[in-house]
Amino acid sequence: MDLTPEEWEAVRLSLAVATRAVTFGLPFAVLAAWLLARCRFPGRPLLDALVHLPLVLPPVVVGWLLLLTFGVRGPAGRVLHDWFGLRLVFTAEGAALACAVMSFPLMVRAIRLSLEGVDRGLEEAARTLGAGAFDRFATVTLPLMAPGILAGAVTAFAASLGEFGAVITFAANVPGETQTLPLAIYSALQTAGGEDVAARLSLVAIMLALAGLVLGDWIGRRLRP
Amino acid sequence: MTLDVAIRHEHPGFSLDAAFTAPTPGVTALFGPSGAGKSTIIAAIAGLLRADRARIVLDGADLSGLPPEKRRIGLVFQDGRLFPHMTVAANLRYGQRRAPPGPTRFEDVVEMLGIGALLARKPRNLSGGERQRVAIGRALLAQPRLLLMDEPLAALDAPRKAEILPFLARLRSEVRIPIVYVSHAMEEVAALADTLVLLEAGRVAAAGALVEIAARADLPLAARDDAAAVLAARIVAHEPARDLTRLDAGGAEILVRTVDRPVGSEVRVRVPAREVIVATERPNGLSLHNILAGTVRGLVPDPARRSVLVEIAAGGGALLAQITPDAVARLGLAPGRPALALFKSVAVQIL
Repeated sequence: MDLTPEEWEAVRLSLAVATRAVTFGLPFAVLAAWLLARCRFPGRPLLDALVHLPLVLPPVVVGWLLLLTFGVRGPAGRVLHDWFGLRLVFTAEGAALACAVMSFPLMVRAIRLSLEGVDRGLEEAARTLGAGAFDRFATVTLPLMAPGILAGAVTAFAASLGEFGAVITFAANVPGETQTLPLAIYSALQTAGGEDVAARLSLVAIMLALAGLVLGDWIGRRLRP
Repeated sequence: MTLDVAIRHEHPGFSLDAAFTAPTPGVTALFGPSGAGKSTIIAAIAGLLRADRARIVLDGADLSGLPPEKRRIGLVFQDGRLFPHMTVAANLRYGQRRAPPGPTRFEDVVEMLGIGALLARKPRNLSGGERQRVAIGRALLAQPRLLLMDEPLAALDAPRKAEILPFLARLRSEVRIPIVYVSHAMEEVAALADTLVLLEAGRVAAAGALVEIAARADLPLAARDDAAAVLAARIVAHEPARDLTRLDAGGAEILVRTVDRPVGSEVRVRVPAREVIVATERPNGLSLHNILAGTVRGLVPDPARRSVLVEIAAGGGALLAQITPDAVARLGLAPGRPALALFKSVAVQIL
């Protein structure tokens, strides 16, 4: 199967965007899962709803909300631009942010589930053995959550590869910059005689998804205690 | 040196108000039916439960204000709670790495508990008995100043219990750490404890030396089918020709079937109340070996079992005899009267 340099670029870009989205989202997802599973505080139902919002909102709405917030004139966008010289709109970083937000609920759900499955008795045991709070988390809780974290990361990665609406709204469809696989497929279908390109790219997308699932399953089984 | 514990805690539907003092080092058993508050006391001593009021003073040091991870109190849970993602060796070293250097050495613990062959394994590949031995080793290696054991044998079947009990007995004699041991199995308690704290519905019903408490006919301990007195004894001689061992219990001679331990060893002798015959005259022509002369100390009726428990001071402690009210009347037993306690060699349990 021969891909043109432009098509390769879309594949590479998709992988880079998804990797960034997962890397950036993961620590926040662990934190959110921890807050939701272990802590009781007044704003908890609100946080729960907020985390799950991207799952139920139309992706275009999420993209537009990101545009409002992180656009050059938006409250967060202005700070990033003026203080750090960072522009998210119409960039690969912006595409990664859109993917991270969209896949966030998937990640939090998987991690939260695994956290709730961790036997608190084991943390108590670690405590009587002299382990402080962070020590316990790093040496007992986190390793026992690892399969869930991994499952969440793989799902989020796959979802990021396929994210369309939020990316095209927030980051637009710039070849080589923000044109990920689904956007490239969409563009190909809009072009006369682009069916071949769309078919090739779709095949790549299917193979990537399958590879991700198999890899995730394999690592998950190896990590299980 | 002593361990002072005073805990007050209100649960919905359960109130605990218990205090006891135990000499250290030594094994203190918290004994009582489930729901008596044993595990609550253990959790409060470890600090895992924030009791409404708790005072834990060990050899003069007040530990009550410290978080669990700073108390250095080892805890062996009923279910072991080994870390499933670590090998046995990593489990054993978990507490050791976080503790200041102490006298308990890795090699000694592994040798004492017989877990050398298990070090590279994961907990899921261990039997229940092996798991508990590793859990005990892990707690010991954290160099605790006090070791708590919350029904460590309760989850095991009889053969596994029999496998671990000798290790616990070794622990008791070789480790100089005070131990608080929770159980509702009288046999474990009789074998291991020096001090007995009897709990009943969140209150301390009685506390004191094991031999004292076990022989008190007026305590709930005696109103059980397995009621038994415990005497402290020493092996005086073996008689291979008769296949018997001669014991000395507070000046009284007790003959038992040959015990596989050297002369001079301290042993505990458990005599079930059901197996003791009371007499006022020395009988002849009996197969039994043991006739201990003593004084009746108390008589407690047990209507549920249509019997009377007779407490007879003898053998440096006291024996319990479960007999019928009719027998009490026929013999004219009363506190202060002399009486003989008779029991067969085979009825005696050596602990």
